[in-house]
This record gives sequence, structure tokens and C-alpha cells, in this order.
Amino acid sequence: MSDSILKVEGIEKSFGDVQVLKGISFTLEKGEVLALIGSSGSGKTTLLRCLNFLETPDKGTITVDGKLLIDGEEHKNMSDKEIRENRLNFGLVFQSFNLFPQYSVLKNVTLAPDLAVKEEIKHMKLTGAQAKQYKEKRYAENMANALMLLERVGLADKKDAYPCQLSGGQSQRVAIARALAMTPKILCFDEPTSALDPELTGEVLKVIRGLKSKDTTMVVVTHEMEFARSVADKVIYMSNGVIEEEGRPKDVFLHPQSPNLQAFLQKAKEK
Amino acid sequence: MLFTEVTLDLLVNFAQNGLIFLLTLLGAIPLGLVITFGSMSRFAPLKYITKTFVWIIRGTPLVLQLFVVMYVPGLVFNAPMSSRLTAVLIAFIINYAAYFSEIYRGGIESIPKGQYEAGQVLGMTKGQIFSRIVLFQVIKRTVPPMGNEIITLVKDTSLARVIAYSEIIMAAERYTAKGLIWPLFYTGVFFLVFVGALTLLFGYIERKLDYYKG
Ligand SMILES: Nc1ncnc2c1ncn2[C@@H]1O[C@H](COP(=O)(O)OP(=O)(O)O)[C@@H](O)[C@H]1O
Ligand SMILES: [Mg+2]
Repeated sequence: MSDSILKVEGIEKSFGDVQVLKGISFTLEKGEVLALIGSSGSGKTTLLRCLNFLETPDKGTITVDGKLLIDGEEHKNMSDKEIRENRLNFGLVFQSFNLFPQYSVLKNVTLAPDLAVKEEIKHMKLTGAQAKQYKEKRYAENMANALMLLERVGLADKKDAYPCQLSGGQSQRVAIARALAMTPKILCFDEPTSALDPELTGEVLKVIRGLKSKDTTMVVVTHEMEFARSVADKVIYMSNGVIEEEGRPKDVFLHPQSPNLQAFLQKAKEK
Repeated sequence: MLFTEVTLDLLVNFAQNGLIFLLTLLGAIPLGLVITFGSMSRFAPLKYITKTFVWIIRGTPLVLQLFVVMYVPGLVFNAPMSSRLTAVLIAFIINYAAYFSEIYRGGIESIPKGQYEAGQVLGMTKGQIFSRIVLFQVIKRTVPPMGNEIITLVKDTSLARVIAYSEIIMAAERYTAKGLIWPLFYTGVFFLVFVGALTLLFGYIERKLDYYKG
């Protein structure tokens, strides 16, 4: 086995009669950033949703760190609990942020880790004072971690604000901190700047750029070609549910082979 | 002198309206949620039975429902309704639960799919997503329409009179029968005061929930 952190093999997915993914395979090494590009409707979102268990592939496998997480043909046998555990290998940052409006920024980040602690306590069958002590300790850790993450995305001073008080760029940075709080092995972004005013995309891209490290593996769907070129280690161009071209950014962007990709890059340049 | 006497008498009878109001809310608020789950069920037969039921309840007058609950058990099943209050409560609770269920359903369906998905990808369980993310947002969105329905309920309590359950309007009519007309109109004041208090209460709750938008 290779040491690829992510191995996707032969993913197929149809909605009704329409086949949206027609056999997607690729691998990703730990610490790499993959940029997924392609015109609208080519299946990029569906692929990310399959990785995050929001859609069930009809066929194909997804393997993380050597562990088979999804086998399209056997997926139905998986319990809710297994799905939850497996999907935590991935994080997902949505185009539309999807922050929880009733909670402060800080609580948006700590909510899921805190709830995970509750599940853990149930699982460990802790009760009474022991449970309380454990919970308090872990909650404090979650809080400290959340503050550190908010610092990292540049929003420590907004920890008590509510999502409705934030700009789009700030909201997306909170969403990134929230996803990081679950320490996913692979963090996925679905067009993280497409819902933002142009002047706000920079701050979000800068945060994503800043996450790049040997431990952070990322899959980024983006229409920001300059960003993809400069941050990605690997670029995949999708068209009509297949990977039409993949490679290192300088090859894909400077020497595109397929006519579709050439036309796509030309169009992107004109924008 | 007469005024005080009438006021006291009406007030005592208005307590019956208050009783119907309170017990109806206690029954209809949870029953409405049960009906909502039925009408949103993925099990098609349950869903359509529930929807038909809601259609019938919302599509017929409450007055008619009061008559049905009061007299049908005796006429058809030979088991007369034992107390008028029971009949009133059964009809009111079912009627209002049907309306509430539609408000809840609207509230639940108005929560964007992204809220559920955000919870899912963070590893939350279905129960956690409902109780920690969705429920509060549903409550915030349903408070204004619930306020409207609840205010309507205050006034509807006087319909109990059609099956001879003694409440404020019926009490006032006893004066009318004796040639004294103004107590009938005077009952309006009681309703206005009660509704006024509820309006203030709902305004307060809405302001409390208004610490965030969306
Ligand atoms: N839940 C769904 N039901 C039916 N069709 C869908 C669904 N989700 C996506 N599609 C279709 O799949 C195709 C690919 O969509 P998507 O993965 O969102 O593409 P992209 O993100 O590259 O724009 C589109 O034609 C879209 O209409
Ligand atoms: Mg998309």
C-alpha cells in the first residue's frame, strides 16, 4: 500500500437517470492541497458530498489512511454511528457558511466538540462527579482550542458576536475554524469564496493559504484560478462527471491538454 | 351597585373561558407536535392519513366540531358525553392541535437544509441536530404565528356556549333575557384586557428571541 492519506477509486453517482459522477479516481498525499476545478454542473460538489457522507456513492471506494471508509455497494449496511465516526475523517466548509445563527461565534466552534464529549461520556459509562469532572476538563480544552483557532483565522475579537453581525468573509472564517475544531484529517472546501463580495475573497483565501502545512490535507473546489495555481500541489479538472485532466498546477495551467480545459481556462482568464 | 354585581358575575364566568383556554393550550401544543411528525413522516400511509385529518379539522367550523363531539357519541355509540367541559376540550384541543401542527411544520420546513448538513458533517447525531440546532430556530420562527392563533383561541372559547357550556357570553345573555342589554356588550372588555395582556407577553418573547437574525 502507498502512504496516500486519501484514495478515491471508481466513484459513481447518479441522481435518477442522470449520472453525475462517472468513475472518479485519485489519490492525495498527506499535507497536499488539491484544487478541484471545472465548470458548473461538472460534479465537484457531488464529489465533496460523497467524501463527507452527505451523498452515498452508487459504486466505488474511499480509503483514508489505509482504512476503507466507504464502499458504494455496501454502504447501506453502515450504522448511523459508523457513518458519524467515518465522516469525521473529513471536514467540509460550505459555500454558504451555514453557521448556527442562534449561537455566538465561540459557541459555533465549540458546540460540536462539546457534544462529542457528551457522547464519549455516555460511551464510557461515566456518571456523577466523575462525569462532571471529565466534562469540565474536556470543555475547557475545547474552549481553549476554539480560541486558538479563532485567533488563527483572525477573529479572536469576534468570539462573542453572533453570525448575523459578521461580514461574509468573517462568517466563512468562523466556518473554517468550526470545521478545524473537529480536527479532520482532510478538510474540504466547496467554493468557499463564491458567496462573497469580491473584496472579501482575499481574507478567506489568505486564511486557507495559511492552513497549508505538512499536517493539513485539503481539497478545495474553487473558481479562483490564481489561488489554485499558487496554493495547490495538485489540480484536478472535472468535466461532465469525469476527471479530464490532472497534474501539478504548472502543468495543468500552463500546458492544458484537453480542449475543454483550454476553453475553461480561457474563459476564467477573461473574467 | 348593579355594575359591581354584573362585573363580578361576568368575571366568575370568564374564568371558564380562561380554563378552556389554558387546558386547550396544554393539550394542543404537544398534540400539534405529534401531528406534525405524522404529516412529515416518510411512511406514506401515515403521512396521508394525517394530512387528511388536518384537512378535515381545518376545513370544517369549530362550532360543527363541538356539536359532533357533544352529540355523536350519544346518538351513534349510545355513550353520551358525560360532561360538557370534556366535549369542549376534546373539540378545542383537536382543532387547535391541527392548526398548531401546520405552524410547526412550516417552521421546521423553513430551516435551510444547510443547517442540518452543517451539523451532520460535524459529527452530530440526528437528535443533537434537532435539539441543539433546529428546535430553537423553529421556536423563533413560530412564535409570531403561534401568538396569532393563541389570540384567536381566547375569543373562540366563547363558542363553548353553543353546546350550553356556561361561559361569559352565556352569562351575559341571562341578563339580556331579563331585559338588561349592556352586560352583553360589556363582555368585550374582558376579552380585550385578556388579549391585551397576551399581546404584551408575545411582544416580550419576540424581543427576547430577537438577539439574533435569521
Ligand atoms: N440532489 C440532487 N438531485 C438531482 N440532481 C442533482 C443533485 N445534486 C446535484 N445534481 C446535479 O448533478 C450535477 C452536478 O452538480 P454539482 O455536483 O453540484 O456540480 P458542481 O458543483 O460542479 O457545479 C448537476 O447537473 C446537478 O443538477
Ligand atoms: Mg458546486
